[in-house]
Amino acid sequence: MTNDDHPSEPSRRQFLLTGGSAVAASVLAATVGDETHVAQTVAGAAVPAVEGAVPITLRINGTDHAIRIDPRTTLLDCLRETLALTGTKKGCDHGQCGACTVHVDGRRVLSCLNLAVMHDGHEITTIEGLGTPEAMHPMQTAFYTHDAYQCGYCTSGQIMSASALLKEPCGPDDAAVKELMSGNICRCGAYANIVAAIQQVRKSA
Amino acid sequence: MHRYEYVRPADQAAAIAAAAQATTAQQGADVRFLAGGTTLIDLMKLNVETPTRVLDINPLPLDRIDVASGGGMRIGAMVRNSDLANDATVQKQYSVLSQAILQGASAQIRNMATVGGNLLQRTRCVYFRDTAMACNKREPGSGCPAITGHNRTLALLGVSEQCIATNPSDMCVALAALEATVHIQGTKGARDVAFGDFHLLPGNTPHRETVLEPGDLITHVTLPAPIAPSKQVYLKLRDRASYEFALASAAVVLTIENGSITYARIALGGVGTKPWRSAEAETALTGRPANDGTFRQAAEAALGAATPQSENEFKIELAKRCLTQALRMAMAR
Repeated sequence: MTNDDHPSEPSRRQFLLTGGSAVAASVLAATVGDETHVAQTVAGAAVPAVEGAVPITLRINGTDHAIRIDPRTTLLDCLRETLALTGTKKGCDHGQCGACTVHVDGRRVLSCLNLAVMHDGHEITTIEGLGTPEAMHPMQTAFYTHDAYQCGYCTSGQIMSASALLKEPCGPDDAAVKELMSGNICRCGAYANIVAAIQQVRKSA
Repeated sequence: MHRYEYVRPADQAAAIAAAAQATTAQQGADVRFLAGGTTLIDLMKLNVETPTRVLDINPLPLDRIDVASGGGMRIGAMVRNSDLANDATVQKQYSVLSQAILQGASAQIRNMATVGGNLLQRTRCVYFRDTAMACNKREPGSGCPAITGHNRTLALLGVSEQCIATNPSDMCVALAALEATVHIQGTKGARDVAFGDFHLLPGNTPHRETVLEPGDLITHVTLPAPIAPSKQVYLKLRDRASYEFALASAAVVLTIENGSITYARIALGGVGTKPWRSAEAETALTGRPANDGTFRQAAEAALGAATPQSENEFKIELAKRCLTQALRMAMAR
């Protein structure tokens, strides 16, 4: 616990952050792998066709992914299961928790209540594309600095929501931030630190 | 999720022609328009909605907000809730609409949900959402376990022996008070429906929620020229401070001259089987002095026909106080 209070020393947090880079790297590899896999799917060679599958191109974090997908697939399941971008989390899967928040054309939406086929040609940003372990988005840095999480499961959704909030009409006080962040539930109750992190980024912007 | 065919209609005419093949009207139909998805996809995951064809109308050019010549506004059916709430003209002249939308759902959902979709938002009654339970709205004739079961959040006004489900919308409560008009394009041409006539009372057909027929597409909603200088308030009371459906809400549009109310439009949310315009409250307010006594009388009139269930009687007094407080807040503006 002592280490947690002194981020300059080797700590659980730093371990997690380092671990996070490794995870990010492996996700990247999986994505590259998947693109190959996807190309085969489109060519119709390697993977059996899904009945009623629809060809779409999803532009995610600046990379185009040409895929054929069952039209029932939510954007969330497509990101996680088809493209191995598991930074976006599945919480309730019914639009009640905000864990699956991503940006579509710069606006935050719930990927669990969107179908992947609805986003042909849209610009999608997930937590993997917001920043990198070496160059984190200011909101990622602020969450780290303010310890704005505990278990971390809601964190990517919180950060995607908070980073989109920076471009939305929002009053200056904490109450306005809380109102606009009410769609992101944190079961650990890190809300106070989440608000502090967001306010720090807003004030330094 | 049920298997379905996904179709992107080339234009409005193609969308209407495809939807007209449905055997029933939009809600619960076998052919469904997909807009924001925030209600429909949720209910498809629960197998409450099981369309065989889904028509994605997101690419249709129905997303404009225009100020009409001679005052008034024309709001496309695909305008996102957040764009409407943050529109400068709406915020200035139809503030009750902006307030209502911003008190509904979450920022993410408001970025997705559309005006047309919000008009067709379905009830949050737990029996409707659970296919293991009977529900006259979902399965006509199967019964209404809510009447003897969990009904704390359900309706007081417009209920029937078949259904007591609350209309969950905030936006629609404001549109009722603003006397909006719903514009519909169908196989037989275009028609306009006054907002108060768009939603249906459950009666003996709770599965029919609106006047829409198979193929009918909501194209836009219009608002009449603003009543200036009116005082507008939307007040919403709920179990938590944000991201929750209303237990009771009130939309108020008032003009006051020399301490007397000269114009009043009142609608209630969270307590009706449809967005609840209260002519009784409007009559009790118009021509009367703007004070607490008048406000309370209007609230009594608005809830006069309330029919409580086993768990929701508290909402009668809650709704009265909600309207009274909303009127006080309006007067103070």
